[in-house]
Amino acid sequence: MSGWDRFVFSFFNLEVARQYLPAILDGMLVTIGLALVIIAAGVLLGLLLAVLRTFAYRLINLLIIVFADVMRALPPLVLIILLYFALPLAGMSLGAFASTWLALTLVLAAFAEEIFWAGILAVPRGQWEAARSTGLGRLQTLQDVVLPQAVRMTVPPLTNRVIAITKGTALGSVVALSEILNQASSSASLAGNATPLTMGALAYLVLFLPVVIFGRWVETRFSWKK
Amino acid sequence: MDDLILNFFNPAIIERVWPFLLQGFYMTLMLSALVIPLGLAGGLLIAMLHSLGLRWLNWLLIAYVDLFRALPPLVLLIFIYFGAPFLDLDLPKLLAVAIGFLLNTSSYYGEVFRAGIESIPAGQAAAARSTGLTRWQTMQSVILPQAIRNVLPDLISNTLEVIKLTTLASVVALPELLNNARQAQALTYNATPIVLAALFYLALLWPIVRLLSRMEHKSLGLKR
Repeated sequence: MSGWDRFVFSFFNLEVARQYLPAILDGMLVTIGLALVIIAAGVLLGLLLAVLRTFAYRLINLLIIVFADVMRALPPLVLIILLYFALPLAGMSLGAFASTWLALTLVLAAFAEEIFWAGILAVPRGQWEAARSTGLGRLQTLQDVVLPQAVRMTVPPLTNRVIAITKGTALGSVVALSEILNQASSSASLAGNATPLTMGALAYLVLFLPVVIFGRWVETRFSWKK
Repeated sequence: MDDLILNFFNPAIIERVWPFLLQGFYMTLMLSALVIPLGLAGGLLIAMLHSLGLRWLNWLLIAYVDLFRALPPLVLLIFIYFGAPFLDLDLPKLLAVAIGFLLNTSSYYGEVFRAGIESIPAGQAAAARSTGLTRWQTMQSVILPQAIRNVLPDLISNTLEVIKLTTLASVVALPELLNNARQAQALTYNATPIVLAALFYLALLWPIVRLLSRMEHKSLGLKR
């Protein structure tokens, strides 16, 4: 076989591709499902924490800051491994899906909290005071005056962070979660051929390329700085 | 409670695995010292090429950046490391990791540098060129110093992510901190090595996270 034929045979083998397509598609479903529950829980928890922080309870704020710092400092893979391999030793067992979900949700929540908090702080203090002086309650002010402006500013950085963290679902393969990467690499070793790896990479591109391009558009549409 | 300490913070195990984890920690530092400059250089090159304003080139650059921002870095690494043998290439682990990181991080750094260069008004380049500075001199002495200053928080934040990404090298068994911690964990059947590794990462990265929080709040003009 010439070099080129060999390359095509190893990486773009239609026979192998046909055989392992269902496995890759199954993996895509797991990746999409996992990504959606991470985004929902992570963004919600982050928003909740940022709102909680506006109440300015010293102890609670300290805890939120420590949580956000630790989750931003720890590599997500360390967190996943900690949850998956270490928790069972304490008598709590999370499956591969739940460990990956929990780890990435906590990481996203930490980043989202910081982003929402920066957005809330960027709304001038006078607006709070003006809203409160018209008789709006604290939550009403937050909900009707501050958050609508703050959230708009947070769209670009939050979009980028969400993309980066949902790409982290590939880390689930380390704890044998049957998402795209895991399906692709186990298929590749079963087949003795690299085509499933190519398919895995293409599957990620199909899912994430539109999202990355969307993120680019969001960045120009809602400008964060000035 | 005693059980928890024995399983998660066992002094005897800490003593046993400490030198091994320390070795891993040095490897993590060395790996970071290799991949961060590579990524920075690649990103700077991308941004400078982009600033030439050639339409077809910019198309290619954006395609490159978006492609490698869409692929999870672990997928890239596994594709390179496990794909190469099929072409009879025997890539050393470190080389595979370096290539994977270069492709991924240069894309992210490239976007940051590009935003920095675009934040400098076009008049400055025109003014610098009119004083007789060449294109390259203008970039080097006028545009870049200001551009880098403007995006310094983003550069640091990206660098933090790159250091966190070095944990991926454990998947191809490069003996960095997480890899060694996992081996020690399998050997001792105890979570202490992983907890210890997490503490190493916190000690290394928490100061960077704090620094970033400060810089971000300052750039928003906030007092708190």
